[in-house]
Amino acid sequence: MNSKAGNHGHHISQQFNAELEAIKKRMLEMGGAVEQQLSDAMVSITSADSGLGARVMKEDDAIDELEVSIDEECSLILARRQPAASDLRLVLAIIKTVRDLERIGDESSKIARMAVKLSEEGEFPEGFVEFKHLGDRVSNMVNMALDAFARYDAEEALKVAQTDREVDREYGSAMRSMITYMMEDQRSISRILNLLWALRALERIGDHAKNIAEHVIYLVKGTDVRHEKLEDVAEQIVDE
Amino acid sequence: MNEMTNDKNADLGGKATSLDVTSALKSSTRPEELDSEESCIEVENLNLFYSQDKKALDNVNLSIPKQRVTAFIGPSGCGKSSLLRCFNRMNDLVDDCVIEGSITLDALDIYGKSVDVADLRRRVGMVFQKPNPFPKSIYENVAYGLRIQGINRKRVLDEVVESSLRAAALWDEVKDRLHDSALGMSGGQQQRLVIARTIAVEPEVLLLDEPASALDPISTLKIEELINELKTRYTIVIVTHNMQQAARVSDYTAFMYMGNMVEFDTTDNIFTNPAEKQTEDYITGRYG
Repeated sequence: MNSKAGNHGHHISQQFNAELEAIKKRMLEMGGAVEQQLSDAMVSITSADSGLGARVMKEDDAIDELEVSIDEECSLILARRQPAASDLRLVLAIIKTVRDLERIGDESSKIARMAVKLSEEGEFPEGFVEFKHLGDRVSNMVNMALDAFARYDAEEALKVAQTDREVDREYGSAMRSMITYMMEDQRSISRILNLLWALRALERIGDHAKNIAEHVIYLVKGTDVRHEKLEDVAEQIVDE
Repeated sequence: MNEMTNDKNADLGGKATSLDVTSALKSSTRPEELDSEESCIEVENLNLFYSQDKKALDNVNLSIPKQRVTAFIGPSGCGKSSLLRCFNRMNDLVDDCVIEGSITLDALDIYGKSVDVADLRRRVGMVFQKPNPFPKSIYENVAYGLRIQGINRKRVLDEVVESSLRAAALWDEVKDRLHDSALGMSGGQQQRLVIARTIAVEPEVLLLDEPASALDPISTLKIEELINELKTRYTIVIVTHNMQQAARVSDYTAFMYMGNMVEFDTTDNIFTNPAEKQTEDYITGRYG
C-alpha cells in the first residue's frame, strides 16, 4: 500500500520504534477484545443467554481501562518524542480509534443489557432475523476497519465507510419490520422495544466502525475525510 | 532523487509515471499557498560549486515569500547554509566558489555587476550560530551599523538603539546598563543584541543561521518569540537543525538533501503530510 505510513521499523531510535509498535499493538488488542464483546453480546441476545449478557456488561470495565491506558501511552509519546508526519498521524489515529473502540464496547454492553432483559421476558420475539443480519454486517465492518488499520489499507477503509450506508438503510428497514410486529401483536411491544434499543446500538457501532475507517484514511493518506462526501473520498483514494 | 523516481517507475509500470511526474513537479515548483504571497527572494536554477568536483547546490529553484518565516532543514552538508549564504553573497569570501543561476531580491539581481555588496548586506542581514557581539558597549554594538554609514547624531542614534533593542525584546533588560560591555551579557542576551544590531540598519531580509543552537531552552524560546514578532516587518530565512524549532517558528519549510531542494511547502504540510518520502524519512527520524 502506501509506503509512507506503516514503516516503523527504520527509525534511528529503536526505542521510538518499539514504542510506536507497542501502542499500535495494544490498540489492535483492544480492538480484538471489543470484537469479542460485540460477538458475545449478539450471542447473548440470539440465544437468550442472560449469563453471557451479564459477563459482557462486566467485561466493559476492562475495555474502559484499556482506553485510559492507551491514551496515556499516546500522550507520553507526544510529550517525549514530538512525532511528525506519519508518526504523528499514527498516534493521533490511535487516540481517536481507541475512543471509538471504547464506544463500541459501550454499545455492546447496551446490547448485552437488552439480552438480559429479553431473556427475563421469555422466548425470543420476532425480529431475530433482522437483528442477526444487521449484527453480522456491523461486526464485519468493525473487523474490516481494524484490519485496514493493521495493514494501513485506505481502500479497505473506504469499503467500510461505504458499507455504513447500507447498514443505515438496513437499520431503517429493520425499524419498519419492528413497527409491523408491534402492530400485529400488541403484547410484544415491550419486548420489541428492547430489541429496538439493541438494533439502535448496532447502528451506532456501524457509525463508530466508519469513524475508525476515516481515521485509517487519515493515517494513510494524510487527508481528513470526516464530513466529506463518500464519492469525493473515493475519488481521492483512487486518484492516488 | 532522479534515481529514486526511476526505480519507482520500473516497479509500478507505465501508469505510475505520470503520477510521479506530478509529484516531482509539485515539490520543485511553488506550493499553492505561495501564489497568494508576495515574493521577496527568487532563486532560479542555482548551482554552487566549492571546487570543480564539489557541487554543493544542484539546480535549486525557490521563491521566498515576503514577511514570512521560511526554514531550511536537512542533514549536515545538504547545502542549506550554502544557500542561505548566497542571499547576501557571503560565499564571495570563499575562494574558488562558483555560482551559476540567478537570485533576485525584489527584482535586483544580487549577483549583478553593479551591486554594491556592502549595501546588499545591509539590506540582507545575517545572524550566526555563535553570538558575535563586538568588544564594545551594548549601545555601540547597536549603533555600529549607523556609525559606519556616517550617522553620528546622538539623537538619531539614541532613538535607533532604543527601538532596535525594543524590537529585539532586550530593552528592558539592558536599558540601565547600555554603556556596559556587551561581552558581559549572557549568551541569549548576546544573540538578541546581535539581532538588534542587525535590524538597526533596517534590513529587508534577516538570515538566521542556527540562531538558537548555542542557547539554553529559555533563551531559545525568547529568540523564537522574537522571530515571530519580527516577521511582521522582515522577511526571515532560518537554517536550523532543530526540526521542532522549524515547525514552531516557520510558515514555510524547505527540505534539502545532497544539494537538492527536495520539497518546499507550508510548514503545516511538511510536518503533517509531506509529499516526498525523503522528507518523511528525515523529519520522522528514519535517516541513516
